[in-house]
Formats: sequence, C-alpha cells, structure tokens
Amino acid sequence: MSETVTIRLTVNGTAVERDVQPRLNLVDFLRDELGLTGTHWSCEHGACGACTVRVDGDIVRGCLVFAVQLDGASIETIEGLTESGALAGLQAAFHARNAVQCGFCTAGMLLTADTLLRRDPNPRRETIRAALSANYCRCTGYHAIVDAVADAARERAKRA
Amino acid sequence: MTGPLSSVDRPASYIGKSVPRPNAKRLLAGRGRYVDDVRLPRLAHVAFLRCPYAHARLKSLDTAAAARMPGVIRVVTAKDLAGRYTPWVGTLTHFKGMKSAPQHPLVAERATWQGEPVAAVVAESRALAEDAVAQIDIVWEELPPLIDMHAALAPGAAPLHAELGDNLCFTRTIDAGTVDAAFAGADCVVEESYSFARHTGVCPEPRSILADFDPAAGSLTVYYSSQAPHMMKEIFARHFQLPESAVRVICNDVGGSYGIKIHVYPDEMTTVAIALLLGRPIKFIADRLESFVSDIHAREHRITARMALANDGTIAALAIDDVTGIGPYSTYPRTSVVEGNQVVGLVGSWYRCRNYRAQLKVAFQTKPPTTQYRAVGHPIATAVTEALVDRAAIALGLDPAELRRRNLVPDDAYPWTTASGLKFEKLSQQASLEKLLKLMDYDGLRREQAALRARGVHRGIGLACFVELTNPGPAFYGVGGAPISSQDGCTIRLDPGGSVTCATGVTEQGQGTETMVAQIVASTLGVALDEVRVVTGDTERTPYGGGTWASRGCGIGGEAALQGALALKTNILVLAGAMLQADPAALDLEGGWVVDRVDGNRRIGLDEVGRAAYFRGDTLPPGVQPELVATRHYMPRQFPFAFTNGVQASYLELDAETGFVKLLKHWVVEDCGRIVNPLLVEEQIRGGVVQGIGGALFEECIYDERGQLLNGTLADYLVPMAGDVPDIVVEHIETPTAESALGAKGAGEAGTGGAPAAILNAVNDALTPFKVRVTEMPVTPRRVLAALGRA
Repeated sequence: MSETVTIRLTVNGTAVERDVQPRLNLVDFLRDELGLTGTHWSCEHGACGACTVRVDGDIVRGCLVFAVQLDGASIETIEGLTESGALAGLQAAFHARNAVQCGFCTAGMLLTADTLLRRDPNPRRETIRAALSANYCRCTGYHAIVDAVADAARERAKRA
Repeated sequence: MTGPLSSVDRPASYIGKSVPRPNAKRLLAGRGRYVDDVRLPRLAHVAFLRCPYAHARLKSLDTAAAARMPGVIRVVTAKDLAGRYTPWVGTLTHFKGMKSAPQHPLVAERATWQGEPVAAVVAESRALAEDAVAQIDIVWEELPPLIDMHAALAPGAAPLHAELGDNLCFTRTIDAGTVDAAFAGADCVVEESYSFARHTGVCPEPRSILADFDPAAGSLTVYYSSQAPHMMKEIFARHFQLPESAVRVICNDVGGSYGIKIHVYPDEMTTVAIALLLGRPIKFIADRLESFVSDIHAREHRITARMALANDGTIAALAIDDVTGIGPYSTYPRTSVVEGNQVVGLVGSWYRCRNYRAQLKVAFQTKPPTTQYRAVGHPIATAVTEALVDRAAIALGLDPAELRRRNLVPDDAYPWTTASGLKFEKLSQQASLEKLLKLMDYDGLRREQAALRARGVHRGIGLACFVELTNPGPAFYGVGGAPISSQDGCTIRLDPGGSVTCATGVTEQGQGTETMVAQIVASTLGVALDEVRVVTGDTERTPYGGGTWASRGCGIGGEAALQGALALKTNILVLAGAMLQADPAALDLEGGWVVDRVDGNRRIGLDEVGRAAYFRGDTLPPGVQPELVATRHYMPRQFPFAFTNGVQASYLELDAETGFVKLLKHWVVEDCGRIVNPLLVEEQIRGGVVQGIGGALFEECIYDERGQLLNGTLADYLVPMAGDVPDIVVEHIETPTAESALGAKGAGEAGTGGAPAAILNAVNDALTPFKVRVTEMPVTPRRVLAALGRA
C-alpha cells in the first residue's frame, strides 16, 4: 500500500500537488492532507450526503471518489464556497430558520440545496424535499431546511 | 402569564423571542470542531477487531502478524489491560432486585454479541490500523445465541451469565386500585398485543473519542463527543483509578447524540486505557458499520394490553404486560431497565383511570445492549395507550377525539398523582386537545376522509395524547448510586468592557443550549445578546452539571443561568450604588447601562463599572470589594420530574395495493411551560417528531436467528429523509412550572414520544374499511400487506 500517485488539482481555487495512495478517498484527502475538516464522514456508503463536495461544478459524494481520480479536477468545499460568498444567501436563510442543529450534515445540505437552486431557481416545496432526500439530517426533521431553501430561492429571485 | 418574573418579562427581554443561534454561523461555514477535527502531535489511531458471532468463546488469539504490519504501534488485547481498570456493572440500587454482570473493555474469554470488541490495533493511521486488524489470527467456538427475549425467560433457559442464575435482569409489578373488579364489571373490554422493533440513534457524527494522557503531568484529557462531560470525567477517574482532578473532558461540537452518547462503551474505555498505557493521544472514531453493532440500541418490546371501559367511554381499568430485551449487559451507568420502567410507569397516566396493573420483565439476550435513547419509553407507552384507546373507540362506536376528551385528567384537577404514582404539577391536556383539533380542522378532515374513502382513497387520521417526563431531580439516578448529576451550575462574569462571559454545566448538542443561556443572561443583565459569550462542554471551565439528557437543559440549566444572572446583577448594582452614592435598590440594568429604576435614566455604563472594578480600584470608596462574577446552581426537588403534556395528530394516505404509507401532514400542540425561544423549541419538536416517524415507519435493526444484524449500513437501515416526511405544524400552550422562577420544562423528547402513536393510529384508521389492524412497529409496507392478507 505504499506506492503513491502524484495528482495535481485545484482545491478552492488553489493549485495543489500531492503524492497519494490509490486507496485514499476524497474525504480523507481533504481532511487529512489539506486540513479541510468542514467535509464530514458519516455513512461511508454514499447514502447520507454528509461528505458532499463540488467537483468540476457538480456535487459528488466524497466517500465514493478516490483522490487519484481527481488529477486535473477543480474541487470546491464548504470552506471555499463560504469564502467566495457563493452560499451566503443559503447560509443566511439556514441561520434565520434554525435549519441547522448539530451542524454535521450542514455542509452537504448547503451544497445540495445550492445545486438545486442553480438548476431550478423557483422550486416547489415537494421538489425541494425530493432534492434534499439525498442528504440525511437527524436533528431538524427537515421542515426548517425546506423553509430555508425556499427563502433563499425567493431572495435569489429578488436579486436576479 | 403569572409569576415573579419581572426581570425576564421586561419589554427588552429576549425571553420568548425567536432569536437565531449565534453559534450556528460557525457550523454553517464548515468551521465546526468535532472530535475527528482535533489533530494533536503523536496522535495514533485505533481500529477494533469485533466478534463476528452473537455468542462465542475465544479459543485462541494471535496478534504477532498484526503487530508486524507497517505503521502498527501496538496491538492490545484483554491481557494487556488486565489490572489497569476496574470493570463496571450497570445496576442501580433503587431498581430493587436488578442484576447484571461485570463488563470489561475487551473480551477475554467469551463474547456475547456480534460487534463486541475483542482486540485493538493502534497505528499511525486508521487505515493502517484496519489493515493490521485483518491480520489478527483468531479462533472462535460459536455458542448457542440467545435472541428471543421470551425464550430467554422461558423456564430452563440457560443463563447467559451463569453467576446470575437466569436471564431476568429486572422485573416490576404495579397493581393500583381494583383492576380485576373493574374488568369484571366493564361494559367493554379490548385487548391487543404490540411489538416494537429495535432501532438505534444513527448519529450523523459517529461515536468519537480522543484520549490524551500526559504521564509527566499525570493528566488525562479526553476530547469527546458526549452529552455528559462531568459524568464521564467521574467515570474515567473511577475506573482508571486516577485522581478526579487529573481528568479533563472536553466536548467541542457534537454531531448529534439523542441519548446515544451518554453511556459507557467498551471500545471508548479501551481507547482511554490505551492512552494511559502508551502515554500519547489515541483517537477512535466509530465507522458506520461498527456503529450499527456497537452503539446502543433501544425499544425492543412486546406488550399485551387490555382496557376496560363503560359504555359512556369512561376508561375503567388498564392492564399491560411488557417484556423487553436489553442485550447481554445492563448498560452503565444509567442501566438498561429505565425504558421498561418508564413504559409501565407512563402507560395510561394522562387519563383519569385509577385501576392499573402492569408487569415488566427485562431479559438478557445476545444482541447489542439497549438503553436510553431519545424519549426513553415514551413512544412505547404512548403507542400502546393510544392504540388501545382507538381500538376502544371502534368497539364503543365513539369518535376517537371524543373518547379522549372524556378521559383526560381535567385541566383543573392538578396537582394529580397517577395510578402508577407519578406526580403531575400542572398540565393542560384538555386545552391542548381542543387547540389541536381546531388547528388541524379535525371535523373538516373527517369529512374529507369520508369523501375520499367513498372513492377508494384510504386516508387515516391518528391522534395521540401524551405526557413527557422532563427536568428530572436526584430521584431519577443519583439516588441509585450513579454519578449522574441532576443539578447544574452557571458562572457569569461581567468583563471590563461590559460584555458577559458565562460557563454552564449543561451542554450544547445543537439544540441551542448556548443561545438559551445567553437569552436568559442578556435579559437579566440588560445587555445585548451579542455581548454574551457562553462556554459549555469542558469540565475544567464549567460548573459541575449533568449535561444533556431527559429534556433538562432549559428547565434546569436555564434556571441556574437566571439565578446566576440575578446574583451578578445584585453585585453590579451594589458596586454601581457605591460609585454613584445611590441606593442599589433604586437602580436597574438596561441597554448596557446602570439606570434609575423608576425613570430609566442612564447613570453609568457597564463598561465604566467594569473598568472601575478591574483597573481603577483606587477610585472606589474604601471597603468596597467588587464581585463581578457569580455562580448559582439549581436542582428541582419539589417534584421528581416536571411533566409536560401535548397531543399530536397525523394525516396520511395508505396504498392498499403496495402497503406504502404517505405522510401528508403532522400537527403538534405541546406545553413545555415557559418558552425561552419558540424557534428552538419548535425545531426540537419537529426533529423529535421525525425521529419518532423513523421508529414508526422505517427503522429496525433486523437480526437473523443466529443473532446476525442483516441491515447494518445506511444503505439498508432506513432513516427518514426529507421526501419521506411531511410539514409539521407546531403550536404551544405555556403552563410554567411554579417550582422555578423561569418556569421552563423540557421539550426535547415530546416529538419522539408522541409521533409513533399518532402514526400507528392513522394507519389503523386508514385500514378501518378492511377491518384489519397493524400492531407492529415499524409499520412497513410488508406488515401492512400482511395485515391485509396480501403479503
């Protein structure tokens, strides 16, 4: 297991080069190699969405992707998307609605919601629920999250 | 509202306001600090070898090959830990006659559930540790499993622990009033048996611990995902024979707990033991697969229940027989009998009925230990009671709402002692029921249901009244000998610039503890909310307290915060009075200023008071010693618990062809006394309801006859997702407890306690035209189809 592969990629806008083991997946790469601990492990089966990150503009489950697959890719995580302000509207709406309790699922929830709003700027409530069904939250019961996403959509429409 | 609450009822008060949580912004930005985010020098990682059988004898264990694997620091087995800890026994003296066997960190001779830890590999990374676990050479002799709890209790069943004699952990009988006579003389008797599957907490952040022992300083620091840091400090000190003062437990952010993270786990104790052994930081993060077989489970109950009624609907008697399986050990230190004990205590307790008989039997078995998980016993007691009430309504031809109306303990009857001996200070059950029926437009929904039924659409309406046990006093655990604190403290300091720092014994699990404390303190001291900083979850920086459990944070921790803030306010006004040559009683605090009580005129800023106290003592009159910090503790003692009440309703549609249930809407009216932050309370209720929906419709740890878990991944074990659950409407009635000045009771478990009953009743209501009923939870499509004879 000691053989490594060199990968060069962009993470949150910064060029990164690392020698990684083929078995290293994206979540461990982000957390252990780059110290980006805002992306979380939870189910390790691609079922819960806690490890959701953006790769080349699309959201993926970090637990189902190996770092060696990402040579040349552009990765965005909760840290980078927060600093760029890309999620600011959703974050404000989540905060106002208390759509976050323990916070462990929150990064993944925000990225999934953002993807939905970019695809469908004015989603129906059932559409929001269906889109968020890729992400497990144990604390909130989802109602506040659905409210927050709907609020953020309205705010985005106002600004557009 | 009434009560001596001038300081919290003022116009500028934050109490009763839906302010968002300041600390949530960190979490939204990905800046949470969970245990796995903590990185320390020389950190090593642990992976466990776990028993693959439900019951097996360890024949041989060879770790030589594992120890030679790259990056391996040490392989640890039971032999390495012998003499380095004291075993623990999950019994409490107030549960008369209960018994359990001593439990150890690692299996030495015999494993008693699939998932019990046997050996630990310490390595430079978790991946390397797992590589080495696979190289441990182990031979097992499989022993007969003990899966079914009735079989475990059958005469002649081999005892799982020979020294205990049999598999009965605990039994309790209640016999109040004249039950036999009431049944004999009843107009109507209904009887039904119910079964509740095991399920588990599925915390988004798995159990996580990082133990760091510094042999030079003799100090153990434990970064821990826990609900009860002070309790665990005491337990680590006790079982590793360390001075209490040498142990510090730090809980930064906790990624969900729900009762899972308040128990003593063998793998976590092993992690601490290894840190002590190796003198370096050791991290254990449970992966999801091992979480399913090593986190505590909950709920496995089978209950037969009977209800006697008069023709007018009056409940004349209730009798239940509850058998519950708890795994091989009663969990330490809370024990595993509390859920069953609460089931028999709570069943029917919100109705006037005085004739009640209950029997509880708690059985050992070879599955993971079960113990307290959110709403402990309430979902079962509520489901059994409310399902029987609906069954009786059918038998008597009465509307289910009307039958409840005729039997609830009246709102003017308090204080009330139930047949099982519980004391209710003051509830609002009748008002809550009427408010709910109006909120949901019960009559309109019944008309809609009838119209749709005529068209072959099967909708169901389910009601569930319930009570919830909150704010427990020392009679809950402390009296039985557990190091579990029912009191909590809050220390509050005015800083030189006029801001306020608080440290509280109650903990933050995301429910909003820090915000709640800040609201109370800011309101009392007349400062802006963002001037208040709250510290939680560190045994070295917070007053002693019990932490998060049994819906106690606001009722107990909030009262300590209020009393602490009132004490600090007195100190501030005494100092300001000396500075201003004014009577402190004529002064008040408002908007960051010391003001005249009568007209609100600003006299001196809190920043000036702080600066004088800390930097310019030379300007103070002789003999004046500023004390700008105050600590107060609080524990409820007048009542063993502050009971709350509520009522829930579910509206759903059932597909009789597939057995699928679609939840359409859910309503809750609940009364948790004074509400400090409606937004946070509503989110506790909603989150709790959805956890209850999980138990009602989806969640089940499925075991085969050999005690193997068949669905131990999140791809197989179903949890409620956003598309599975409805919008949840929450409204409140506020009946403050008179025991505290704040008047708050708990709200953390009401949602989970009542939702399963409402859903079960709604499913059975939808099945009415088919004249069949479902009595097993979770209500899966397969079980619905089985009831319909279509499986």
